Amino acid sequence: MSDTLKYEEKKLKIVGTRPLRPDGVDKVTGRARYGADYNLAGQLIGKVLRSPYAHARIKAIDVSAALALPGVKAVVTRDDFPEMPNEYASAGELTVNYRAVTRNMMAREKVLYDGHPVAALAAVSESVARAALALIKVDYEVLPHVIDVVEAMRPDAPLLHEDQYTEGVKPKPARPSNIAKRLEYGHGDLAAGFAKADVIIEREFNTKPVHQGYIEPQACLASYSADGQAELWTCTQGHFVFRAQCAKVLQMDVSKIRVTPTEIGGGFGGKNNVYNEPLAIALSRKSNRPVKMVMTREEVFRATGPTPGANVKVKIGCTLDGRITAAQAEVNFQAGAFPGSPVNQASMCAFTRYDIANVRVVGHDVTVNRPKVAAYRAPGAPIVVFGVESVIDELSKKLGIDPIEFRLKNAAKEGTQTYYGPKLGPIGYVQTLEAARAHPHYSAPLGPNQGRGVATGFWFNIGNETTCSLNLQPDGTLTLNLGTIDVAGGSRASLSMMVAEELGIELERVRPIIGDTSTLGFNFVTAGSRSTFASGMAGVIASRDMIEKLRARVAKIREVPLAAVAWKNGRAEPADARVVKFEPMSLAEIAAMAGRTGGPIAGHAEINAQGAGPGFGAHIVDVEVDRQTGAVKILRYTVVQDVGKAIHPAYVEGQMQGGAAQGIGWALNEEYVYGADGVLQNPGFLDYRVPVASDLPMIDTVIVEVPNPNHPYGVRGCGEVPIISPMAAIANAIDNAVGVRLYQQPFSPPRVLEALSGPAKR
Amino acid sequence: MARIALSSSLAPYADGVRELELEVANVRQLFEVLGERYPGLQAQLEGEVAVAIDNEIYQDALLQPIRSDSEVVLISKIAGG
Repeated sequence: MSDTLKYEEKKLKIVGTRPLRPDGVDKVTGRARYGADYNLAGQLIGKVLRSPYAHARIKAIDVSAALALPGVKAVVTRDDFPEMPNEYASAGELTVNYRAVTRNMMAREKVLYDGHPVAALAAVSESVARAALALIKVDYEVLPHVIDVVEAMRPDAPLLHEDQYTEGVKPKPARPSNIAKRLEYGHGDLAAGFAKADVIIEREFNTKPVHQGYIEPQACLASYSADGQAELWTCTQGHFVFRAQCAKVLQMDVSKIRVTPTEIGGGFGGKNNVYNEPLAIALSRKSNRPVKMVMTREEVFRATGPTPGANVKVKIGCTLDGRITAAQAEVNFQAGAFPGSPVNQASMCAFTRYDIANVRVVGHDVTVNRPKVAAYRAPGAPIVVFGVESVIDELSKKLGIDPIEFRLKNAAKEGTQTYYGPKLGPIGYVQTLEAARAHPHYSAPLGPNQGRGVATGFWFNIGNETTCSLNLQPDGTLTLNLGTIDVAGGSRASLSMMVAEELGIELERVRPIIGDTSTLGFNFVTAGSRSTFASGMAGVIASRDMIEKLRARVAKIREVPLAAVAWKNGRAEPADARVVKFEPMSLAEIAAMAGRTGGPIAGHAEINAQGAGPGFGAHIVDVEVDRQTGAVKILRYTVVQDVGKAIHPAYVEGQMQGGAAQGIGWALNEEYVYGADGVLQNPGFLDYRVPVASDLPMIDTVIVEVPNPNHPYGVRGCGEVPIISPMAAIANAIDNAVGVRLYQQPFSPPRVLEALSGPAKR
Repeated sequence: MARIALSSSLAPYADGVRELELEVANVRQLFEVLGERYPGLQAQLEGEVAVAIDNEIYQDALLQPIRSDSEVVLISKIAGG
């Protein structure tokens, strides 16, 4: 049964204000402890030997020389981990297959990408560990590789998995393929829809993989004890999911692994899955010593999940008055070395902003010799939206219709039938577009070589499994024990604010902590813009649970009927003093007597939150293009987004600004560059350029609040949507500035120069 | 009976069937009936399917009631970054 609490409009004292975050002082003073800050006495340093080849069969591994080196305490290879069958579980981005998880953390039959782990060892120091890695002998049979998604889809492409037959195709194909899955969404009559169109535009787009670019590399510390218990400290978006994955691949009882999440220096979807964690536990088990493993930046780039590169074809038809009659897309996503790209969600996002009667989207999930992709804010959506919103822009220009007006003519509203299944509930897309059109940015003058672009995005948002506990302490303060990681977005503040609002107390009296996996029931990862929605719902339920227990306790203490006790103004008061009078009791007074009147008081919530409300955003960007160098400068940027309700507006604005900043980097500079040998050429921030503060203007934000009816405060979620639109908005702005349309990301100076001098120039 | 629809991405696993009517009380019963009728859909039902009941999306909610006049759409599970 659903635990959804419905939205209630009410006067708010704390929700909607901008207090300081409870983790802020620790972070600005350097006291906050991130993954690499944890140490244990006697710990060893773990390091990983990685494949230098994009694709090779492992004929033999000889670790004897490494083990013989003084100071080396343990080595693990494929032989130390059991074979796993195909078994699927949710892990944030999409479903993971444990057979792939165990092969990704340690190669078995073959290495499938440059950086694929082949062995790991633990030694008394990093220098000894590095020296030992050089002594491991691996006999490889190098195989042909394939990096590009379109090449990988060809029948004669080098095959990564000889047992992989395309799913979603009937009958089952006769030959194995790099296409792991074909999927199709749609409704209506596509041919009839295009026949009604006066204008049809069809374009093809290509994007490169980009990394989430979190500042903190993966880091963990594991300690395995003689009685078979393991403790793990790690920077993660979901410690419960990490525990489950470690238990599965190490064949341990879940309850015997205790995972403590550290502060996290960014994740953005990239820290939903284990990499070194099972290796650290296995090395600790083998060496009887704690083992610490910290990735280098190069390892982060070579071996952790980027977002997919892709090939996207888009065709849209519309009438002369700007009504879209049909839309079609083919979405081909690199999954990396193992199946499981976000092509499904990207396909569902492609056209959902619009009310279109005839739609067809075909997607392909394609394995290539790159690291297995991971989620990255609104996984897949920015890629497909780049293509769709570029074509929408071309259509509006061709018809002489203002681009926001064009979108309003076709905008999805409550009741719009999606092409992937349900009708949309109450949404704020139209309100978001109208707010963008009314913003002064949209009508500000532009100079030479300057242009303005608009694009819009949609994301579903999610709920999922969530628990929390709220403990009344002896002095009347409260400890809020949360199971969802605060991925630096400020959720500890937002969730405490909802609890304080419910109880009618000062925010300072609620102290939030993120509990380890032994203190709460299962919590899904912080992903999909779910934390403020789902943990907020849990916090409200726990607060109301506590209020009921407080009322019951006061009724006993004051010897009055339960119905006579109301919770008002942060204390127990007579529901109606004319009927039953008693002396009100504050939280502190109740707490002081709790031990002698029945014991401690706590509120709990254990839910699977349903009813997440979709979010929509509209971005406006002004660029200036240097015709001599091809450099694109972002002059002005405005993000408009429906978030349902901004519990802490400053942190919502931070999400909107952060998403836009990451999207700008994605658009202008970021890309994985591989050599002909399949080896990554730019595994570092010197050659993989993320935007820095001096690259960006102040990013303006406009919060639109159309409440989600399925949350007590109307929350939808806000972290995914803001990264969806920048790539398309900037492409549209460049076209508006200099009359060239870019079909390939990133829009780096060489590519812009090439476009300026090429046939696409108008 | 509840009207059940399969998204076009799931139809290939159910012999191409897109719509049917079933008398089921909740999502678990729905999955059991569909899994028996379309064995090819079983693996999807176990891990990759969400349902929209009267346009509200539910994920991992086996006990969510389905009324006899409900419209149910099976879609792919949704997550995020």
